Amino acid sequence: MRYYNDLVKERSVTYKPAGKGKIFTNPDADRARLYFRDQKPRKMIEKVTTVRKAVSEMINDGDYIGVGGFGTNRIPTAVLHEIVRQKKKNLGLAGHTATHDFQILIAGSCINRCDIAYIVGLEARGLSKMARQAVESGSIELTEWTNAAITWRYKAAAMGLSFLPVRCMLGTDTEKYSGAVEMECPFTGAKYLAVPALYPDVGVIHVHRCDVYGNSQIDGIMIADQDLARAAKRLIITTERLVPNDVIRREPAKTVIPYYLVDAVVEVPFGSYPGNMPYEYFSDEDHLRDWLKAENDPETLAAFLERHIYGVKDFNGYLDTIGGIARLQELRNLETMVEK
Amino acid sequence: MDYNNMELMICLASRYLEDDSIVVVGTGAPCAAAMLAQKLYSPRLMIMFEAGGIGPLLPSMPISVGDSRTFYRALGASSMPDIMETCQRGLVDYTFLGGAQIDCYGNINSTMIGDNHQAPKVRFPGSGGANDLGSLCWKTMMITPQDKRRFTEKVDFITTPGYLTGPGAREKAGLPPDCGPYKVITNLCVIGFDDESKRMKVESIHPGRTREEIIENTGFELLWVDNLEESESPRKEELAILRNEVDPYRYIIGRE
Repeated sequence: MRYYNDLVKERSVTYKPAGKGKIFTNPDADRARLYFRDQKPRKMIEKVTTVRKAVSEMINDGDYIGVGGFGTNRIPTAVLHEIVRQKKKNLGLAGHTATHDFQILIAGSCINRCDIAYIVGLEARGLSKMARQAVESGSIELTEWTNAAITWRYKAAAMGLSFLPVRCMLGTDTEKYSGAVEMECPFTGAKYLAVPALYPDVGVIHVHRCDVYGNSQIDGIMIADQDLARAAKRLIITTERLVPNDVIRREPAKTVIPYYLVDAVVEVPFGSYPGNMPYEYFSDEDHLRDWLKAENDPETLAAFLERHIYGVKDFNGYLDTIGGIARLQELRNLETMVEK
Repeated sequence: MDYNNMELMICLASRYLEDDSIVVVGTGAPCAAAMLAQKLYSPRLMIMFEAGGIGPLLPSMPISVGDSRTFYRALGASSMPDIMETCQRGLVDYTFLGGAQIDCYGNINSTMIGDNHQAPKVRFPGSGGANDLGSLCWKTMMITPQDKRRFTEKVDFITTPGYLTGPGAREKAGLPPDCGPYKVITNLCVIGFDDESKRMKVESIHPGRTREEIIENTGFELLWVDNLEESESPRKEELAILRNEVDPYRYIIGRE
């Protein structure tokens, strides 16, 4: 035990980034094992809580967080809003196609460092002026990666390793401004790029259904969430529906996140709004457009944030401000293509 | 025939996608080109999206490469590592990329303008999956407007590798051999890459455009094929399907 602690301590001072980019999280697999041994609950106990409690008790200023989903798809909006409302500061972020999630955290000035694959844009919808200004001001430390690189960094962590060799990024400025290191394959001599494992302090994932213990099922594409769930030291699950344990046991093949990975469970219906939730509701393009438009003027933006985030008590309050159940029903019809 | 630049570029791109091949696309024009190809030329073209969608029957244009349209009635709803690893295993034939700047070797910048990475003059989204797809898919295509600002001698930041500094550079950097930029389809011409030098080489000029116009809108020296042709304008059936089935609300083709 003593030897173990010393080893981990010693290694944490000797691991060194080789690229120009900083590595914001410690990739040491033994350090992670130690954490998982001592801090991760094995007991299948009820973990249901509220968004407010989950954020105040599990996310500290300075933590590094990984957000599930894909920018505007199956995102844990309620937790992101609560992070802003509780004015969390100096967070690190895995910017893995971070679009609306990035926009929310920037609105609250919550981030001071970011591993970038994709930030400041909202895909086909255009760029966020506010997010761009924040990044261009130099107030956020930036390290470049790619979508695959961040995915594989999660995967390395999920595998209990400290790095994985990959074949992207080589020869580019993306490599130069990353924290990756070139290496040679010991078997073939091929050149690879070693990307360090990414163990976030906190992972936050929105799922379709989950029981009180945290056994979670996702319908549709997984993006990187099966690995993020395993890589995260602490994991908050928000779910469209809390279901009886029986429902999980009926289709065990669908369980991508078993309870022993999960630290908190919150039921948040329409929890990905204004993002898309597959088979449930489509994204609210009008609301996303309104947000982007509000960014053209600081006063309009402040009023917009006050109306939708700071001025409401919780996520249900937010849903009331956007038209409540009537609007959500329209988005549900759009998703299921009841009306073409 | 009456058509706009966007329609022309999408139609031209669609003709390059062979049947029984695999293409990873993003939103916008590339997705439209793949949908058009599937409806007209290559019914068994496999369309994939980097967030995990495999072979959807796309009901309409996706807004995000991870939205539920990207796996609507699909063959598979997988994950980002699965799609990226499929690229890394060498199973993906085509991909489409875009960017703010591109040089004569097809290196693409979608990260920043300026020279201070920590506080850039202009910040763009970054690689997303572009670097991965451009590194790992066999043939990379681009659909882009052509002007001097965009087609530049030196990009401010190489986000995604083209042929880097020329022949052999990709392989030397450690990238998988035999892949890289294939065609650049602009509003003026179709550009390929010279086998020897790996530099951009104009293959055909669009109807009504001139060599001078192309030179004026390019910030570096272009090569030209000997038997320079006129690009074939959109065919009647291409436009009909593009307008009525692929993009009826003109989300993409109305951008012109």
